[in-house]
Amino acid sequence: MGKEKDVKGFLEFVYEFYKSMKAHEITLVYEGEITHQITKAFTSLAESNMAKEDEAGTVQRKVFHVMVECLQNISKHADDFTSNDYLFSGRGIFLVSKGENEYSITTGNAVENDRIEELTTMLEDINRMDKDALKDLYKRQIKEGRLSEKGGAGLGFIDIKRKTGKELEYHFLPISDNTSFFLLTSTISRELNSQQD
Amino acid sequence: MEAIKIQGTEDTPKIILDADNDFFEISGRSLPEDVTSFYEPVINWLDEYAESPKDKTVFNFKLVYFNTASSKLLLDILMKLEEIHENGNDVLIRWHYPEEDEDMQEAGEEYADIVDVPFEQVGYPG
Repeated sequence: MGKEKDVKGFLEFVYEFYKSMKAHEITLVYEGEITHQITKAFTSLAESNMAKEDEAGTVQRKVFHVMVECLQNISKHADDFTSNDYLFSGRGIFLVSKGENEYSITTGNAVENDRIEELTTMLEDINRMDKDALKDLYKRQIKEGRLSEKGGAGLGFIDIKRKTGKELEYHFLPISDNTSFFLLTSTISRELNSQQD
Repeated sequence: MEAIKIQGTEDTPKIILDADNDFFEISGRSLPEDVTSFYEPVINWLDEYAESPKDKTVFNFKLVYFNTASSKLLLDILMKLEEIHENGNDVLIRWHYPEEDEDMQEAGEEYADIVDVPFEQVGYPG
């Protein structure tokens, strides 16, 4: 009896989850290890969906760009952690939502607390910069070429801000004394000519 | 010098480096799983080519997409070509971009700012 009830409870949860996804206009959600294969699968899925819906080419390209950079930020930083904890093995949550006016791409992954300051500074700097400042920073960073190091993430963030013209929204939520959950949302406008120049 | 011919895939570009036929082109998409190892043979080939380049080298970039990780490696290739140019050889970079893709056009302009080598932007109907 108890088991039957559990199954029913679970199925009800699935329905609630489904409704919640619909309410938040979520078109894709994934939790787990972010690998190159996953990156390829999600980007090609998003691409074919957008093509089917006759999304503007500019929007399609920007969504593709942002998805790749977001997913790679998680997969590349898998090795940053010394722990074998499941939270720290290149795993995370990845979510795409599509509203009437914009796409949102959200990632969430665990980070060690000692990286919060560095990430916050980096994101605040990028958010504050205008188009020309971002362009200069981008050029400087590819010239310096610290790609395999954590600088790579900086380049990804810069690229997202440049491609979307919108501030990167982020949030840290405590997991434990040493770790936090890092959430990042990028928004891509579906209206043409509304990109910030 | 033996030519390099790499078939393109959904995440790696098509690359042809053929000195005998004066054809040098990187086209398609670039988001390899491991950018450094993917581009290593290309950089090595250019290192060797730089020792005895043709009088004129026209190098075509015809990418439709590249990720930030690839952008550094593309710069390495351009810097190699800059070196060939600095050594007194004729080098021309032709940066092809789909006409409606402003971001790809701008990416070319940025590379042109960074490297000191003749650079030509070529828009084509997307």
